[in-house]
Amino acid sequence: MTFDLFVLPFFLGLLFLLAVLFIKYSRWIAMMSGPDRVKAGMALFSVGMLKTMWEVFLESLLHRKMFKRNPLLGYMHMSFALGWFLLIVMGNLESRVYSGGHINPPYYPIFLKFFIHDKRVLPFEIFTLPGFFRFTMDLILLFVLSGLVLAIFKRTRSRWFGMKRATKHNKLDKWAITSLWLIFPMRLLAESFTAGLYKGGGFITNSLGSIFDAVLPLQYLAYPAWWAYSTMLGVFFVTLPWSRFMHIPTEVMLIYLRNAGIKQGKYPGSFAELELRACPRCGVCIDVCQMNDAGLNGSTAVYFIRALRENRAEVQLNSNCMMCGRCLEACPVGIDTLGLRVGARSVDNIMVASDFSYLLPQPSVKRKADVVYFAGCMGHLTPGVKNAMQKIFKNAGVNYNFIDKDGSICCGRPLKLAGLKDAASKLTDENTLKILETRADLLVTSCPICYKIFSDDYKLKGMQVMHHSVYIDKLVTEGLLTLQPSALRAVYHDPCELGRGSGIYLEPRNVLKQIAEVAEVAEHGVNSLCCGGSIGELGMNSTQRNTIRDGALKMLCEPQPDVLVTACPLCKKTFDSGNQVAVKDIAEMVAESMTINRQPVNNKELVEA
Amino acid sequence: MPKHVIVIGAGPAGLETSANLAKLGIAVTLVEKEESTGGHVKQWHALFPALLPGTEALDAIRKGMPENVRVQNKTTVTGIEAVNNYFTVSGHNGWQEKADAIVFATGFQLFDARRKEEYGYGIYENVITSADLEEMFATGKSLVNRHGNKPERIGFVHCVGSRDEKVNNLHCSKVCCITAVKQAIEVKQMLPEAEVFCFYMDLRMFGRHYEELYKEAQEKYNIQFIRGRLSESAEDQDGNIVLKVEDTLLGKPLRIKAGLLVLMVGMEPLAGTKSLADKLGLTKVPDGFIQPADEVLQSNFTELPGVFVAGACSGPKSVSDTLADARSAALAVAGFLKL
Amino acid sequence: MEKKARQFGYTITRDRQIDYDANKHDISKIVAAAEPSLNLCISCGTCSATCSAALFTDFSLRHVILLLRRGETSGLAKEVAKCMLCGKCQLVCPRNVSTRNLIIQISKAVIPAQL
Repeated sequence: MTFDLFVLPFFLGLLFLLAVLFIKYSRWIAMMSGPDRVKAGMALFSVGMLKTMWEVFLESLLHRKMFKRNPLLGYMHMSFALGWFLLIVMGNLESRVYSGGHINPPYYPIFLKFFIHDKRVLPFEIFTLPGFFRFTMDLILLFVLSGLVLAIFKRTRSRWFGMKRATKHNKLDKWAITSLWLIFPMRLLAESFTAGLYKGGGFITNSLGSIFDAVLPLQYLAYPAWWAYSTMLGVFFVTLPWSRFMHIPTEVMLIYLRNAGIKQGKYPGSFAELELRACPRCGVCIDVCQMNDAGLNGSTAVYFIRALRENRAEVQLNSNCMMCGRCLEACPVGIDTLGLRVGARSVDNIMVASDFSYLLPQPSVKRKADVVYFAGCMGHLTPGVKNAMQKIFKNAGVNYNFIDKDGSICCGRPLKLAGLKDAASKLTDENTLKILETRADLLVTSCPICYKIFSDDYKLKGMQVMHHSVYIDKLVTEGLLTLQPSALRAVYHDPCELGRGSGIYLEPRNVLKQIAEVAEVAEHGVNSLCCGGSIGELGMNSTQRNTIRDGALKMLCEPQPDVLVTACPLCKKTFDSGNQVAVKDIAEMVAESMTINRQPVNNKELVEA
Repeated sequence: MPKHVIVIGAGPAGLETSANLAKLGIAVTLVEKEESTGGHVKQWHALFPALLPGTEALDAIRKGMPENVRVQNKTTVTGIEAVNNYFTVSGHNGWQEKADAIVFATGFQLFDARRKEEYGYGIYENVITSADLEEMFATGKSLVNRHGNKPERIGFVHCVGSRDEKVNNLHCSKVCCITAVKQAIEVKQMLPEAEVFCFYMDLRMFGRHYEELYKEAQEKYNIQFIRGRLSESAEDQDGNIVLKVEDTLLGKPLRIKAGLLVLMVGMEPLAGTKSLADKLGLTKVPDGFIQPADEVLQSNFTELPGVFVAGACSGPKSVSDTLADARSAALAVAGFLKL
Repeated sequence: MEKKARQFGYTITRDRQIDYDANKHDISKIVAAAEPSLNLCISCGTCSATCSAALFTDFSLRHVILLLRRGETSGLAKEVAKCMLCGKCQLVCPRNVSTRNLIIQISKAVIPAQL
C-alpha cells in the first residue's frame, strides 16, 4: 500500500507550488537581459558553482550570519532550515531501505511511517540500517522541534535573541507561519500515534506512542493526525509563493545569480524582483535602522521591501532612507537594500529632467602637479578642513594642485542616490575629463561622498584615488609628517560613505591614535551610526533629521570626549549644528598637531598656480 | 522683618532692578559671577543710537546705588530651591542666602561665531565679530589687517547666529541691525576712504531714531546695503576675504572681496540660565530664553510665584529696553511682596 | 480690466506684470503638499550664493521659489533641470528648507505643464 487519500493535500500543494515556482522563475529568466542570461548559464558549469553550493550550505542552511548576530537566533533559524532539509534527505534515504531504491512518489518518504510499520528493530537499536534511520529521524525531528520552541519564545522574548523589535507580519505571513509551525508537531503526533498502535517508531515516537496508547484511543486519532500533518504541509506550500517563505527557494537562486556576477541594472528588473522575494522578513534590519528615531518605523528595509514586492511602495517610503547601509551590513541574506531603494527612486523620478548643457569646456589646468586635491562641494562649507589640508600638503612638501579651489561641479553621487543615474553619469564624465587633464598620479578628496563615486564609477586611468584620511596616514607612514601627541580624549565617528561605503576604518584611527587618546563607542566601525545629515535621504524634515543627529551624538558622547573627530564635511557640519561637543575633521586634528618642517621635504614648486 | 530679594546677574538689568528695589526699601543681594558689575556693556564702546559711551552709561546706572544693595561678586549661582515662602539660593563657592523673591537678570551670551564655520571666524585672520570690533574701538586699536594695512573695504554680515535654524537659533536678536549701522558709521569715521558694505536679510530698524541712524549711514557715510545673506567666505593670497552672497534684489550671485569682515553675532540664551530654570522647575523655557507668565500682560512674572525676570534672559533686548524692563521688574517684585 | 483700460486710452503691456489672478497656482499647491518647507523660504539668497550650478549658469533656487509661489511656472522646468542636487543649499538654508527634495518635487510637478 503506497497511497492513501490523506496524502492529497500535501501532494497537490506540492504540485501547485512547483507549478507556480516554474512560472515565476521562467518569467524572471525571460526578463533578464541577454548578457545576464549567458552569464547565468555559464555559471552553472563553472568552478564558482562549488562556491555557490558552499555559500548556500553556510547561509541558507547553517545561517552563519544569523549566528554571528546572535547564537540563539542562529540556532533557531538553523534548526528549522537544516533540520527540515535533513528530514527530507534522510527520509528519502530511509524510504529506499524499504522500497529497494525504486523511484517513489514524493509523498512516500514524507509519510513513510504511515505506510511502513517495521517492528524488526527496537527503538534504541541504532547499529542496523533501519534502526539507524529510525533513531536519526527522531533526533532530527527533535532538533526541528527545539527550534519551534525557541520560535514561540521569541514571540514574547525577542530580546533574548538580540532583537528589540520584531517584524509585524501581515495576514498571509501569519497563515504561512502557523501552518509551518504546526507541520512538525503534527508529524510528531502522527508518527507517535502510529508507533503507539503498531510499534516501529524511533526513541521518541515509540516512547510517546506508548504513553499516548495508555491514555488515548489511538485507533481513532492516528489517521486524522496524518490528515492534519498532510494538510499543514499543503497549506504551507500553497501560501509559500506569496508569503515571506518564498525566500527559501529564492535565496538559493539569489546566491547563484550573485556569484554569477549579475547585478541590478539601471532600472529594477528581474534581479530586483528576486531580491525582493529573497527577504525572509526576519526583522534583523529593523533595530539597526535609525529611521525609527525619526518615527519612520515603516521605512525600514523589511517593510520597504515588502511594500515594493506588493507593488505599494510610495514616493515617501522610497525617499525615507539615509542610505547609511546599516541594514545592508546586517542583512543575513545580503540583499542589496540600498540598490533596491535607488532602483525604486529611479522609477519615481523617471520624469525628472536634467540639463547640464551649460557646462562648457573648462579651461585646461596649466600647472602639472603630483597630487590633485578635490575638496568637494561640502568641503567649501568647512573651510577649516580645506585649510588644514593645504597646510598638510605644504608641510609635507607635496607638489599639489587644488583643482576646485574656486568651486566645482558636483561629483554626481547625490544624483545617483536619487535614482537619477543618467544625469549623474553626465557629471561623472565631465569631472573625469577635468581630473584626467591634470595628469597627476593621485587624486585626494576630503569628501567621502565624492570618494565613494570616484572609486566606484569614475574611470581614472592611471590615477589613484584616496580619501584624505588614507593619504595622511600614508604621509605619516612615509615620514613626511610628524605628529605630536596631545592629552585630548577623542571619539572617532566613521562616516557612512567612508566606512561601510568604502571599507575605510583603520587609517583614520591609525592617524588619530598618534594625536589623541581614542575612545571607541558602542556603535563604531561597520556599526557606526549615521549623523542624520545624509544626502541620500530625500523625505525627512529638519526636526526628524535633528532627532537622528541627537541620538547619534548622545551615543558618541558617552565616553565624554574632548573632541569628536570625523572625516566627512557633511558629518562635521551636521554634528556641529547639534552643539554638544567640539567637532573636528581628522585633517584639522593633524594640521594642529603636526611638527612644522622648517624646510619643505623636497624642493618642488609649492606655491599654487 | 524687612523683605529680602536676590537678583541674579549684575548687568544693566540686574543693576537697575536692584537699585529700584532698594529705593522701595527692600534689601537686595545682587549676585554676579564676575569680579565687577556691568555685564556685556563693559565691553561696549558706544551704544546706539546716540553713540553714548558704554562706560558712561554704566556709571549713570551705578551712580546713587542705595546702600541696601549688597553685591555678592565672583559667585556663580548653582542652585535655587523653593522652600515654603522663601527661596534658598546657593553659589559655587559655598555662598548661600535666603530670599523672599528672586529676579533672573542673567542676560544672554554672544553667539560663538566659530559655529558658522563657513564664515571663517577663527580660520581667517581678517574675519572678526562685532564684539571684537567694539573692543578694538574701546581700546583704541587701529583698524588694520594682518599685513598692517588699513582695509580698503569692510563688510558687515547681519544675522550671524540669529534667524538661523542651522545653529538652532530661530529668533531675531533685535540689536544687530542697528549695531551694524552704528559700527559701520564708526568705521567710516576712522577710515573715511574705506568702502563699507552691510549684507542683510531684512533691516529691522524698529527703535526710536534707528531709521534716522540708517539714513545718516547712507546720507553722510555712503554705506552700502546689499540684500543677501553670506553663504561662505574664502581667503585670497593677500588675506582678503572673498565673500559669496546673492545680490537678491538684482538676482545675481555676487563675489566681493573685503579686507575686513565683521560678523554681527547675535544673542543666545545663557546655558546656565536654562539649567537654573530647570532646577527651579520653570517649564516655560522653550528655546533657553525664559518665557514670562504672559508676554504682553505679565512680562516680568514667571509661572512660579516669587520668581521674576528682567532684561535679556527672557529674550534679546537693547540696553534701553533692558533698563525699562528692569524698572518694571522692580515694581512687579514690590507688588508681589505687598509693599 | 484690459477692456476698460483701452476704453480710456491706455494699453497695459501685459508681459511686464505678474498677472497673479490669471496665473494658475495648482503647481505651487502640489509642490507645497509634497514638500511643505517650500513655504518657509525667506528669500535670503544663501542657496543661490552657494549654488554649484550658479557658478556656470543663472540658476537661482530663490528665484525659482518666488516664481513658483507667484504662479509664474512656464519656465520652471528648464530652470530646475540645471540643479546638480549637490546639497550645498540644504546645508546653508537658515530656514531648513529641504531644498533637494523641493527641486525634485518641482521638477515632477511641472511635467504635466510641459506635456
